[in-house]
Amino acid sequence: MSVIKPLPRWADLILLPFINLCTAFFVCGIVVYIIGENPWDALMVMLKGAFIYPGSLGYTLYYTTNFIFTGLAVATAFHAKLFNIGGEGQAYVGSLGILLATALFAPFLPALFVVLLCIICSALIGAAWAFIPGYLQAKRGSHVVITTIMFNFLASSLMVYLLAGPLIQLGQQSPQSDLIPESAQLASFETFFSLFGIDITSSPLNLSFLLALLALFVFWVLIWKTRLGYEIRAVGKNQDAANYAGINVPKIIIITMTISGAFAGLLAVNEVMGVQHRAILNFTAGYGFTGIAVALMGRNHPVGIFFASLLFGALFQGGAELDFEFQSITRDMVLLIQGMIILFSGALAYMFNPALSKIFNNITKNGANDD
Amino acid sequence: MIDFLFQTLWALDATLRVATPLMLCAMAGIFSERSGIVDISLEGKLLSGAFVAATIASLTGSVWLGLMGAICASVMMSLLHGFACITHRGDQVVSGVAINFLASGLTVILGIAIFKRGGQTPTLSSGERFRPIELWFVDALDNVPVIGTIYRELISGHSLLVYVALLCVPIASFILYKSRFGLRLRAVGESPIAVDSAGVSVTWLRYRALIVGGVFCGIAGAYLSISHGANFVREMSAGKGYIALAAVIFGNWRPIRAFWACLMFGFLDAITSRLQDIDLPLIGEVPAQLMSALPYIMTIILLSGFIGRPSPPSAIGVPYKK
Amino acid sequence: MIDKAKKTSGGDTACYILELQKISKSFGLVQANKNIDLQIEAGTIHGIIGENGAGKSTLMNILYGLHRADTGEMLIDGTKAKIKSSADALALGIGMVHQHFMLINRFSVLENVMLGSEGGSLLSSGKIATVNKLKELGQTFDMEVDPNALVSDLNVGMRQRVEILKALKGGAKILILDEPTGVLTQQEATQLFDILDKLRANGVTVLLITHKLAEIMAITDNVSIMRGGEMVGHRKTSNTDPQELAELMVGRKVLLNVEKPKAKPKEIALNVNSLGCFSSRGHKVLDDLSFHVKAGEILGIAGVSGNGQTPLMEILSGMRKPDEGYFEILGKKIDRDTKVSPFTMRENSIGHIPEDRHKHGLILGFEAYENMVLGFHNTEMTGGKKLLDKNHMLMHAAERMDEYDIRPRNPKLLASSFSGGNQQKIVVARELYKNPKLLIVGEPTRGVDVGAIEFIHKQLIELRDQGCAIILVSVELDEILGLSDRILVMNKGQEVSTVNGDDANPKDLGLMMAGISQGASN
Repeated sequence: MSVIKPLPRWADLILLPFINLCTAFFVCGIVVYIIGENPWDALMVMLKGAFIYPGSLGYTLYYTTNFIFTGLAVATAFHAKLFNIGGEGQAYVGSLGILLATALFAPFLPALFVVLLCIICSALIGAAWAFIPGYLQAKRGSHVVITTIMFNFLASSLMVYLLAGPLIQLGQQSPQSDLIPESAQLASFETFFSLFGIDITSSPLNLSFLLALLALFVFWVLIWKTRLGYEIRAVGKNQDAANYAGINVPKIIIITMTISGAFAGLLAVNEVMGVQHRAILNFTAGYGFTGIAVALMGRNHPVGIFFASLLFGALFQGGAELDFEFQSITRDMVLLIQGMIILFSGALAYMFNPALSKIFNNITKNGANDD
Repeated sequence: MIDFLFQTLWALDATLRVATPLMLCAMAGIFSERSGIVDISLEGKLLSGAFVAATIASLTGSVWLGLMGAICASVMMSLLHGFACITHRGDQVVSGVAINFLASGLTVILGIAIFKRGGQTPTLSSGERFRPIELWFVDALDNVPVIGTIYRELISGHSLLVYVALLCVPIASFILYKSRFGLRLRAVGESPIAVDSAGVSVTWLRYRALIVGGVFCGIAGAYLSISHGANFVREMSAGKGYIALAAVIFGNWRPIRAFWACLMFGFLDAITSRLQDIDLPLIGEVPAQLMSALPYIMTIILLSGFIGRPSPPSAIGVPYKK
Repeated sequence: MIDKAKKTSGGDTACYILELQKISKSFGLVQANKNIDLQIEAGTIHGIIGENGAGKSTLMNILYGLHRADTGEMLIDGTKAKIKSSADALALGIGMVHQHFMLINRFSVLENVMLGSEGGSLLSSGKIATVNKLKELGQTFDMEVDPNALVSDLNVGMRQRVEILKALKGGAKILILDEPTGVLTQQEATQLFDILDKLRANGVTVLLITHKLAEIMAITDNVSIMRGGEMVGHRKTSNTDPQELAELMVGRKVLLNVEKPKAKPKEIALNVNSLGCFSSRGHKVLDDLSFHVKAGEILGIAGVSGNGQTPLMEILSGMRKPDEGYFEILGKKIDRDTKVSPFTMRENSIGHIPEDRHKHGLILGFEAYENMVLGFHNTEMTGGKKLLDKNHMLMHAAERMDEYDIRPRNPKLLASSFSGGNQQKIVVARELYKNPKLLIVGEPTRGVDVGAIEFIHKQLIELRDQGCAIILVSVELDEILGLSDRILVMNKGQEVSTVNGDDANPKDLGLMMAGISQGASN
């Protein structure tokens, strides 16, 4: 009985995900056709809306920033074989860190320090929100999936209470906090470039994008270059061997979830410090869940996560354009695409593996026969 | 005193109405989880059912066709879920999350395509919904003190689907504990290989568990949009699927206990708005958000093992490989 | 070669209730069953004996439909049978009691027995019938159980009874028992044999899979011997004896005569004192074990797998705590209250080559160079001060691969891509690199090709001569005999006997390992 050889590395990392992605888009295209629109036109509008139209790239990258953070959160946890669905909640409460930091430090410290402290605090609070589920999983065996979902709802309730109550901006009816002081506000790219005399179209893209890129780098160093990262990956791949190697598995689980939450918390830096300049209701708006799709597509690797984030950023921005230009399509189309991507890149990721393996086996066999 | 009685009756009445979709989804969750499949997708199945029920009821004018449609939609989602995690042994949580996304997207997209109302379905007229039913003897019992009032206000006067839901709990319990299918289903969630070695197909059992769950979620969805409400609105499931999951865990994966958990969560929801105006002794004014967060807080405390030890099915979450 | 010299009694092939012809099965590169021929007479107790890994369980799983044979035929009562699932096997009258019970702990006895044959869509109808059947079977075979008892409350002997009753209730004409006495006490085992006797008297055919010679001699009519995936002999039990069976079981393999200079043992490096430990089920898996190992000697621990060797290695390497007793390792005393971890053990110059390299020794998803530092990743072996130095690790791995002739010579290859022998060499290279003063080794050459075996054995001898104390645990008697300076035989968590390597006799050791003889012949 012949043994089917595994796929070559490049096929596994690039070809298979690409096929999964195409399948997802193809099925969505069918839905578009069913509701009476032209799938190809829709795709073109999305692409133009994401990259071509003035200001679109800025918007796309602004969304990308959010997805990088939540994607990193999910990916970090995935490396230890943990499923952190709590990105939404962790990002949401991250904003509390910023508000706290501005209240404590803004009156006394120069802008640079305020910004740094805000960043640290948002990461810390996000980390704390993930620490508890991590602890419960490590020490009491509570499934981290269920607890993080619960914590998402808790965050939602907590923030509604705070934003409509103690933190509400005086005189306002809708739940939102006061404006954060100028020293804590991150300049948008438009402002930044205008300092050099360059004129770019206005968009929410701001300096937190650079923070996101930095976060990707930090993630890469952490997971593949540090001893902690080695231990995290070991726990994720083989807990028994990790035990054998003297690794404290519960401790690693807790640390991993904490770091994961920290990445998610940084999303608040983009939204609160860079765009809204205040905490508003539901600013996490589904970014946390999209992070799951990003991590799955990006195979938990920084380069993959960047491109997956870019893809989803383009989807979100393109989706807005779709909404604008087509009567019958709204931004909810993006939800459908997301669902399909999670389905084909996540749950059915290896559906095409046997067929692909056979094709590759035949190619190499024929190649060998030619010798 | 009379006023207090009425307040209580009103609260319990509202509890039943809120708890109806919860208990149906909880039964669904029990069936899938007891067979070994983590079910995060109750929310998506509920939403799909609600949408299809409202759509078909609106287009055909028949509540019954709407109900059937809801069940079909929910079952189809369940089959998709099963395809991903049983046949292809994909991660159960990931496939569950995918189902939820698909439901969120598809319900609005199709809704706009059909009705062009931004995702809503048209409001249904009285005849196109499940109306409250007056049970027999309501008038006769009116003269009986206390009991007559309770009968009229609390027990009678609910829509048909509420009674169906209440029936589903003992039905689910019966199937689970007294039927051959239930025995095998419980077995496959504990040890799939024992079931395999007893000559029973693990795959087919799990698919059937998901299908049964789909039926329950479909009924729940129909209740939301063509009984309790009068149309479908985007994201109208509003997290009820997750609360149902919490109830399943709280009830230790047993139908009757989960039912009480649903009632409790429903009760909390029902009195939230009431409590806002009332100053409780010692605590003061209770924030509405705390009340709505209580089910989640309680579940987390339960999961941490501080009040009793939850005992999930032993083989849950692991795809079966021979 | 199949030895048919003393064939089983009985005449024509037609009266065999079960016949296997040329059954073969491979799992990937490993051939578990090779051209198996087997004939079972109706109404007999037929033993199948062989060492761990001989392929017995695989063969039985094929018979029961849990695996599919690659080639070969099965005949039930002379007719060809296609067994694709357990349901098929059950329909043909084949029942099986597995080594690891297939019972639902949360269910009652009744529910477990009914599973799969409930007798109707509603349980109520089947329940009464099943209770009656259980009573009937219980009385016939002296196997009474309380139908309403929860399986989790039953002891092991009773659980096994439930498994047997379940099979009989399903109308089994052929009952397969896979290593049934492994978890039973002496008393329970005797009771089991009484039951098997009664089964035979009632016309049930029994297939008894075991590695225990005593059981074969006590209860079986015929016995077939498996070794290395093949059938190597069939005997009528009354015409054979334990010695012959032991010889066939253990076999005359290529005796690897390693160049072994005389050992020069020095001071005691490890002293084990009344070590005891319990399994999670509450069984005593190590019982009052005491021994010592000196620097510069190899102590071989012989014994059939599952007699306490694994817990012993886990305790000595810091992966597990002892429940009773203590041990002194290189001057440090460790008992149940001491805080240890494998990491501290490694820091104290103790190496550990685990018996299951896939489970513990390697991370198959990691590349070779990452596996080369597993357990040492917090030391300077990874090169950098704060960060891992990939180039350093690659170079380190490449050097080790040269030293140990690990092929292919690619440190970036995933561990899963290497053959068994090369995987093992990675583990050996890693654990020996720091010249440990004490080395714990388990099954060093399991699944390893001959060339690598020789190499690894040479490494161990060299390490010994450098003054290392080595504990070698192996089920391969040849390996123990070839390498050990002293041999300790373990059975049921206890020491049976300790002999000198030079005085050791394979037949005697085999009998000691099989639990037959209690002491050394010398």
